Amino acid sequence: MIELSNISKTYFSNNKGRGTNAVHALKNATLTVPKGTIHGVIGLSGAGKSTLIRCVNLLERPTSGSVTVDGQEMTQLSNAALNRARHRIGMIFQHFNLLTTRTVFDNVALPLELMGQKRHTVRDRVIPLLEMVGLADKANQYPAQLSGGQKQRVAIARALASKPQVLLCDEATSALDPQTTSSILELLRDINHQLGITILLITHEMEVVKSICHRVSLISDGELVEDAEVGDFFTAPRTQLGREFLNDFLQLTPPKELIERLLDASGENTHPVVRLTFSGDAVSTPLISRLARECGVDVSILQAKVESIQERTLGLMIAELLGSPTQTQQAMHYLESHQLQVEVLGHVQRND
Amino acid sequence: MSSAMIDLILQATLDTLYMVAVSGLISTLVGLPLGVMLYVTRPRQILAKPVLNQVLSIITNVGRSIPFIILMVSIIPFTRMLVGTSIGINAASVPLTIAAIPFVARLVEAALNEISPGLIEAAQAMGATPWQIIRKVLIPEARGGIMTGLTITVVTLISYSAMAGAVGGGGLGDLGIRYGYNRFNPTIMLITVVILVIMVQGFQSLGDYLVRKSDRK
Repeated sequence: MIELSNISKTYFSNNKGRGTNAVHALKNATLTVPKGTIHGVIGLSGAGKSTLIRCVNLLERPTSGSVTVDGQEMTQLSNAALNRARHRIGMIFQHFNLLTTRTVFDNVALPLELMGQKRHTVRDRVIPLLEMVGLADKANQYPAQLSGGQKQRVAIARALASKPQVLLCDEATSALDPQTTSSILELLRDINHQLGITILLITHEMEVVKSICHRVSLISDGELVEDAEVGDFFTAPRTQLGREFLNDFLQLTPPKELIERLLDASGENTHPVVRLTFSGDAVSTPLISRLARECGVDVSILQAKVESIQERTLGLMIAELLGSPTQTQQAMHYLESHQLQVEVLGHVQRND
Repeated sequence: MSSAMIDLILQATLDTLYMVAVSGLISTLVGLPLGVMLYVTRPRQILAKPVLNQVLSIITNVGRSIPFIILMVSIIPFTRMLVGTSIGINAASVPLTIAAIPFVARLVEAALNEISPGLIEAAQAMGATPWQIIRKVLIPEARGGIMTGLTITVVTLISYSAMAGAVGGGGLGDLGIRYGYNRFNPTIMLITVVILVIMVQGFQSLGDYLVRKSDRK
């Protein structure tokens, strides 16, 4: 439904006689979002997320590359054709962008007015939309009288008014509290489910990706560095940045006292401290006790967490392996052979 | 006070109102679109035309920098061409209008500046044409600010119209100078000032009321 191929966006800023400064906001980004799916793009601020999503409806025109939405090459369209194409692409924003001087009803009616629809057709479309987002009773209120979550619901109804096939969400939940965020995400999931609308969203929150996305791309410094099923991304991110996002999300970092004691190199009397990531069958296998029996290594668990991500279970653990260097080495091989990811964080001095 | 004097004051009040009304109306009709143009033709705006924007901006600045009293006498030939005479309230309305147009334009531009760029972006994402954005987003969203600007303009016009006497324009300021100052009649002076104060108060309150009504923030 959405296909970005090799799009780049470069901004030139004039540096008063000292030549031009080029900022590469996007570098050869390629992304395909199949019909009916929810695709997330996650990245830190300044990574190019906003530019990327704005290239889909050409709020930003890519410097090079092609943008295809529903089989239509967007960059070649005339102004009038582009406006018609935009009627098929809804968009919601971090700060809602509702017109303050229009009521809730009139805000939702705006895209239909722009398309030149008749008053009664507009009414027949707006009322069911407000019912769908649960705000039928607020039709005559002004945005200033609504909460953040309600404003985003109005914005969603407005984005859906022209019956788009694609919905672009630009940090749609970043200005909302956690409860409101999950109710908005639920609404987006319902919309995707019931109307079959393809959703492309950008976010910096793993929670958003985890709860509604089917696939996720990781953007860093204008480049799409990773593209994976959400389940795969959460169990085995392929890039360092992906792992950082995941660790941040799971809040699984070693305790501060431990970090201070960690040594980079192993010595005569040290134990390795490892981070274990396991998914799938490994979760239900009693690996820790087997480790003790088969390798003679004791495991001291420092931190552990089990998350379920879209019907997949993900376990994480930070543990100290107690045993002789050969034994612990053997233990790590044993774990790796059972589809666990083992990352050595460092070594601690033995206390005994 | 003689009834002739009262008639004179009444006439001068009506003259002032007439000059303010005519120049206020025409300068709004011209200044509003000019202000919108100044805004939408900026670089990176919906109808970006940097050169046109520069030209409009310079013209507007020139108009705003000429002292009113100089503007008034220097455009006398133009005034005569336009209304057939260089004295009287119609003649005085011409420089008042000319002076108020760039004033209105800049205030409208300032009001448009207050609109969040996100609203324009949202309208573009909906497939709105630049004209639709102006009509359905910019003007309605800036209505409160534009009302504030127009109120300031009317109040400024009331005070400028007092200088219209210099070209035989009539009105309260002229009356105050000729009868109050030149003929040593402090009562007349006081009365004209009081009427002007009441007029300004009235327009300011009306303006504030309209701003309150259009503000939904």
